[in-house]
Amino acid sequence: MSAVVHLSGPGRPGPDLKELLGRVALGDQNAFGKLYDAVAGPVLGLVRRVLRDPAQSEEVAQEVLLEVWRKAAHYRPERGEVMAWVLTIAHRRAVDRVRAAQAAADREQRIAAASHAPAYDEVAEQVEGRLEREQVRRCLTGLTEVQRESLTLAYFRGFTYPEVAQLLGIPLGTVKTRMRDGLIRLRDCLGVGV
Amino acid sequence: MSAADVHTLTGAYAAHALDPAECAEFEHHLEHCPACAQEVAEFTATLARLGSASAVPVPAEFKQRVMSALDTVRQEAPRTAQLPAGTRRGRLRRTWPRFALAACLALAVGAGGLAVQQHREADRARARATAMQRQQDRIADLLTAPDARTTSGAVAGGTGVATVVWSPSEGVAGFLASGMPPLAPGTTYQLWFDDRGTMRPAGLMPTASGALLLSGPLDGASGVGVTVEPAGGSPHPTGAPVVLLSFA
Repeated sequence: MSAVVHLSGPGRPGPDLKELLGRVALGDQNAFGKLYDAVAGPVLGLVRRVLRDPAQSEEVAQEVLLEVWRKAAHYRPERGEVMAWVLTIAHRRAVDRVRAAQAAADREQRIAAASHAPAYDEVAEQVEGRLEREQVRRCLTGLTEVQRESLTLAYFRGFTYPEVAQLLGIPLGTVKTRMRDGLIRLRDCLGVGV
Repeated sequence: MSAADVHTLTGAYAAHALDPAECAEFEHHLEHCPACAQEVAEFTATLARLGSASAVPVPAEFKQRVMSALDTVRQEAPRTAQLPAGTRRGRLRRTWPRFALAACLALAVGAGGLAVQQHREADRARARATAMQRQQDRIADLLTAPDARTTSGAVAGGTGVATVVWSPSEGVAGFLASGMPPLAPGTTYQLWFDDRGTMRPAGLMPTASGALLLSGPLDGASGVGVTVEPAGGSPHPTGAPVVLLSFA
């Protein structure tokens, strides 16, 4: 299997994704191929993180990439970076799939199972190597435990925040504010600006 | 929910961790809160960095599969005409909430389902909506109605939230719910228009979460109620409502 991982971190020179996406919007398949090279690894990685199942993940990742092709003309540069736009689509679809697949009873079991396997440990384990991964890891470590757990359970597991509250045994309002506080701290640590 | 409480939902919203009903309520708030929209954009970018850091190697044959599917997927036209650069900030504020509203419904309606048309021009919205299935078509119309309004309430006997979206000009209403108490076998949730105390059947929802366009016109109804009924529904409510929402 030949494979390439592309990460777009700060300071990393790469193709101008906005320019590429502009050409994709005009039906340029060659440009889409280049855009694909930049986003497919993150898309598949994020979807797989949420869904776990490799076959389903590829299926959803393909839907995501085709949605990028279909909706390229809807992208608005003033709203944010191309990678954020693409990964928002990816996350939405992954979360939809994981929730649709769970009947109410299954979901209870999933919550029970997840409470024995903190999402963060796995993140810490997998997020290694590259500079970008190191930085994300360092910034995650800088959060309080509740901030980190709240965010990773929601983002990487697809739990709603009431489910996160149930999992962590803390009040709903606390989860809401911890998720926001955690994101503020992460945003500042990663130097994210829009 | 107080304004301060709603504001703290920016994080959960960006992480797609809100139920559909609460998501709709939050987006109603977003329309009037440029600071929230800015924060949501920043959080979205922040979470994308977590996503990027999750990148994995992609099999080469996967690319071929995606590329060869391009010819089968029709590209959509731009949503809005280009405006002069000076109007960008205003456009962000105006278009963000409608753009985002689709995110709430993606879950409720199901994967690959609803491509809510966010454009404010009713003509374009309708033109594109004709391609959708009928129910989705009508929900999309409702959501893009300039006078679309929402109200939410807690559902009795659980942690569920229900939201009604309605448009006086279109004369229709949609119902979004999440986390209502699980239904016993052989029962369904039934929706009712409240005609000043008389309940008029407005549709069945056999699941504890979902979205439904209410059947029948608003016709001066003062609100919407939900009861648990035997599967197939009842001509009149047989029990107390689990939630009552008023078109106030």
